[in-house]
Amino acid sequence: MLEFSQQIVNGLSLGAIYALIALGYTMVYGIIKLINFAHGDVMMVGAYVGFFSITMLGTNIVVAMLAAMLLCALLGVLIEKVAYRPLRNSTRIAALITAIGVSLFLEYITVVVLGPAQRVFPQSAFPIKAYNLAGLTILNKQIFVFVSAVLLMLILQYIIKRTKTGKAMRAVSLDMEAAVLMGISVDKTISVTFAIGSALAAAAGVMIGVYYQTINPLMGIIPGLKAFVAAVLGGIGLIPGAMVGGFVMGLLETMVSGYGSSLYRDAVAFGVLIIILLIRPTGLFGKNTGEKV
Amino acid sequence: MLAVKEIDVYYGAIHALKKFSLDVEEGSIVTLIGANGAGKTTVLKTISGILRPTTGSVMFKGQDLVKVPPEKIVALGISQVPEGRRVFQTMSVLENLEMGAYLRSDKKEIQKDLENIFLRFPRLKERRKQSAGTLSGGEQQMLAIGRALMAQPELLLMDEPSMGLAPLLVKEIFEIIKDINSRGTTVLLVEQNANMALTIADQAYVIETGEIVLQGAAEELMRSEEVKKAYLGG
Repeated sequence: MLEFSQQIVNGLSLGAIYALIALGYTMVYGIIKLINFAHGDVMMVGAYVGFFSITMLGTNIVVAMLAAMLLCALLGVLIEKVAYRPLRNSTRIAALITAIGVSLFLEYITVVVLGPAQRVFPQSAFPIKAYNLAGLTILNKQIFVFVSAVLLMLILQYIIKRTKTGKAMRAVSLDMEAAVLMGISVDKTISVTFAIGSALAAAAGVMIGVYYQTINPLMGIIPGLKAFVAAVLGGIGLIPGAMVGGFVMGLLETMVSGYGSSLYRDAVAFGVLIIILLIRPTGLFGKNTGEKV
Repeated sequence: MLAVKEIDVYYGAIHALKKFSLDVEEGSIVTLIGANGAGKTTVLKTISGILRPTTGSVMFKGQDLVKVPPEKIVALGISQVPEGRRVFQTMSVLENLEMGAYLRSDKKEIQKDLENIFLRFPRLKERRKQSAGTLSGGEQQMLAIGRALMAQPELLLMDEPSMGLAPLLVKEIFEIIKDINSRGTTVLLVEQNANMALTIADQAYVIETGEIVLQGAAEELMRSEEVKKAYLGG
């Protein structure tokens, strides 16, 4: 039982990271029906911005995270403008292939500029402490990851539900033409969606740096794909689905590592994708029926 | 107020509007009637800036709308109740109405307009927290009208507001349109229900395959043999 609870603790913090990345996938899909395969790489850029903020500017971890979020928000907007917007009215496969192109571009431009070697996230920025709670070991980095991820998700929920911009995002994703007739600028709304999604990914990147302590230019690939599976699991396009999907994936991964073998954890993650696509392609929260009248 | 002048609009290879012209005078109700696929919706989409004409002009209060982005057209005072209502299904009734006022920032005025719309449509007030998709067809139509009014339009474009509604509701909707007009909003009404549309309109146009075939005062058109035969059931 203790072992099980320990795995839950580990899974929740990992799941929080996946959930943050999955949110960006699902928001972008919700609004322009594009699987933005460069999303995991935006997360990687965020991790590097955090790294340099700490090592070169000497900031603390919170400032590093905010800097990463800000810069990646701009990067996300730029990617949409340069790569996806010109293809808005072309086939979806064209945009998808472009997304893979952007992904490779970000990965290898980072390799060229910063080198392929992995870097160690400075311990001094986040000295690890362990707490003991009824036999459970809880690390302060786990608390940090979980609390800041949940906080960001609450802020996102507030933006989407309560602010004018958030409502416009929902309107555009529900019916683009009707939204235009309200005077909503579709271009602006899509830019905001990329900015928010990319900022969340950047935060996740810094968290991964803190959590695993190493970063490298290809670090976005596997977490990005797993977050994509999480978004599909919850129902692509649905924000609560991405959150739940992220936590499910995180818990599943730690359980597989804890009770089976960590060799299988990636296979299980992608096995989930195959199973969900076979039996419930709309995801846990997706509706199979058409729109209600 | 609005002068559509000799516009040509294409849907891919389809020539949807051919040298189409139409005038709307301030304060009036103008109706555009015609069969399914005649190009009625295309006219409204072109005025709203969703479709663009290859030739011709769309003058509104002395400004050509042809190059104005759609969100600016709303700001100029034209809003549309689209065909099939197109309410935001999973958003609440209140949120739908707020979206209608998207370009406005005068909070007090918005609140006042909201109260007026709830006064006009009490059922929307009762259901303001429900998601729009759970409303009946008639209620969704009222919501779509209320949403368009929240933009404080000078010209209201309505695309088949009677579509799919029971006869009693159709009558109610037309009463509402008359009332909206009597309070100073100009209305351009596209309809297949020619009978009802001609009853409330001042001016009328008949469109067939992208071209105006008849136009005149609504009363006259109602008496015209051609219109009777083709659109009024004998």
